[in-house]
Amino acid sequence: MIKATNLVKTFKTGDTKLTVLKGLDIDVKKGEFVSITGRSGSGKSTLLYQLGLLDHPDSGKIIIDGVEVSKLSERDRTGFRLMELGYVFQDYAIIPELTALENIMMPLLMKGFDMKKAEKQGREALSRVGLLDKQKNLPSQLSGGEQQRVSIARAIVHSPKIIFADEPTANLDAETAMVVMKTFLDLNREGQTIVMVTHEKEYADMTHRTLFLNEGILENK
Amino acid sequence: MFKFIKKRFFTDFKNSLRVGFFLALRQVKNSSKWTNFLIIGVMTLTFLNLVVVSGVLVGLIDGASNAVGKRFLKDIFISNLTEKKFILNTTEITEILRANPNVEGFSARYTEGGKIEANYKTKLRQDDIGDEVSAIFAGINPEDENKLTGIKSLLIEGEFINENDFDRVVLGSMLLDQYAKIESSSFPTLSGVGIGSKIRVKVGGYTREVTVKGIIKSKVDELDRRIFFPEKQFRNLIGRFDLNASEIAVGLKDGASPIEMKNYLNNLGFNEFAKIQTKEDAEPKFLKDIKKTFEILGNLISGIGLAVAAITIFIVIFINAITRRKYIGILKGIGVNARAIEIAYVFQSIFYALVGTIFGSILIFGFLKPYVDAHPINFPFSDGIIVATLSGTMMRVLVLFIATLIAGFLPARIVINRNTLDSILGR
Repeated sequence: MIKATNLVKTFKTGDTKLTVLKGLDIDVKKGEFVSITGRSGSGKSTLLYQLGLLDHPDSGKIIIDGVEVSKLSERDRTGFRLMELGYVFQDYAIIPELTALENIMMPLLMKGFDMKKAEKQGREALSRVGLLDKQKNLPSQLSGGEQQRVSIARAIVHSPKIIFADEPTANLDAETAMVVMKTFLDLNREGQTIVMVTHEKEYADMTHRTLFLNEGILENK
Repeated sequence: MFKFIKKRFFTDFKNSLRVGFFLALRQVKNSSKWTNFLIIGVMTLTFLNLVVVSGVLVGLIDGASNAVGKRFLKDIFISNLTEKKFILNTTEITEILRANPNVEGFSARYTEGGKIEANYKTKLRQDDIGDEVSAIFAGINPEDENKLTGIKSLLIEGEFINENDFDRVVLGSMLLDQYAKIESSSFPTLSGVGIGSKIRVKVGGYTREVTVKGIIKSKVDELDRRIFFPEKQFRNLIGRFDLNASEIAVGLKDGASPIEMKNYLNNLGFNEFAKIQTKEDAEPKFLKDIKKTFEILGNLISGIGLAVAAITIFIVIFINAITRRKYIGILKGIGVNARAIEIAYVFQSIFYALVGTIFGSILIFGFLKPYVDAHPINFPFSDGIIVATLSGTMMRVLVLFIATLIAGFLPARIVINRNTLDSILGR
């Protein structure tokens, strides 16, 4: 499903250069639930952003489902993200002016769904994460765990091929984090490919495979 | 797999439009009521600035022009040919006017240049000159004139003359020191002259002492520099026994066309005896020039107002977009394209401009304009009104919308063009 080879990413701050990814290779199979771990600042999130087309690697090749996405224009990358990818961010990243349901409907509306169909499918996604009764709530009226579940619902609503999750449990208490992990596991059991960055071993151990990012290179654990 | 790349442009645009509208609506609906109130307030004031400032400037001169039309020229102004001292065959013309169903009324005036002298009784020597001013002497039928121009309503002191008054006159305020004192020997005025004062008039070779019965102030120079006599006495004074007047102001009934009336009189051959002009033709050239100048000035000020409006919208949208950079990044991250987000901001700008324009229009056309029309602004040289025509206002609305569109689009574009990840991470 994902095949990335020789990924290099360097950050420049003034005269200082920091190479975070040093010719890294990664291969994720369809239906896999892969976690990426590593020390703080090791570049876990940077890797996820490259794979999820939110950033450009300096060099290297990324192929997702047969498409060499590293060659796509900015416009086509946005289109690809809409059609094929779903994201769950550490800080939930839901739009404050939109209700839970409206947040979830956004990818569908952008894909051209009519309002009624988008609402129906949005409710189904909310139902999957157990928040149907909160559909009309604004983010400010939801707890952190509920906001993260809205974020997951938004990531799955348009049936993406891959979900990228960046530290999805980092801001949650243990009980809520378990609810989120259970949601991911349920999705994965249904065939959803998931790539998750986490620094919590407990949650990494729940996935099929854990990759450890060390000195810019991935190691299987 | 590559379907997304091949999506047709218009489908993409339609979706962007829909999402943009959806986002704009939610953003306006769920953002702070006070912020919305403030932005709409700014837009309302901007619109008022666009329309009212230039409207008052133009209205200042339009007020003067209206006064000239209402108090002096009326719809048709008939005057003597340049080579003649009066209108030939005046009686024939007035008979035609009296019989015409489109004519509301008219006033034939007899005019002659002359001098007025005051304070002559306190002169030390016989050949000393007292206060003396040049003036236009006008003999009028007080009832006809009042019916046509409402001249009695212009009285600021005393009473108006009537048909049978003898040696009693009404003075225009610009002849008097207390109303129009100008420190210049080129524009002398009479000092100490009020109601009941005796003044000496010199016209047509005759000198007479008359009493001031009333003083008028019309803010029309042509009238305020006149001295009015009852027609009968004045014609005797200047020896005009043939009833040939110097000017005839003609008022038409509502809906009657001044141009058609002018053509009608010309076709009857009266243009051989007199100069026949519509109000627009007869209006003093300096007034037309000032009107054009003020229009340019009004447009210039409107242009500055428009630039201020555009900058205001730009700043509002820029701050809005900058503070929401993270969410813009997230929207892009989940696949909402840049165009949809730009459209959302443009829709917001349009919303603020639209509501501001509606409130501004209600204020102008529902309150300000009717009020100022009923109670003109008392400028020293005219009763100012607000000139705001529907077409002119619509043009300003259109220009404001275009400026708003650009001012809403540009800052959104600047923010949206930043790297998606940098926006999400707030870098």
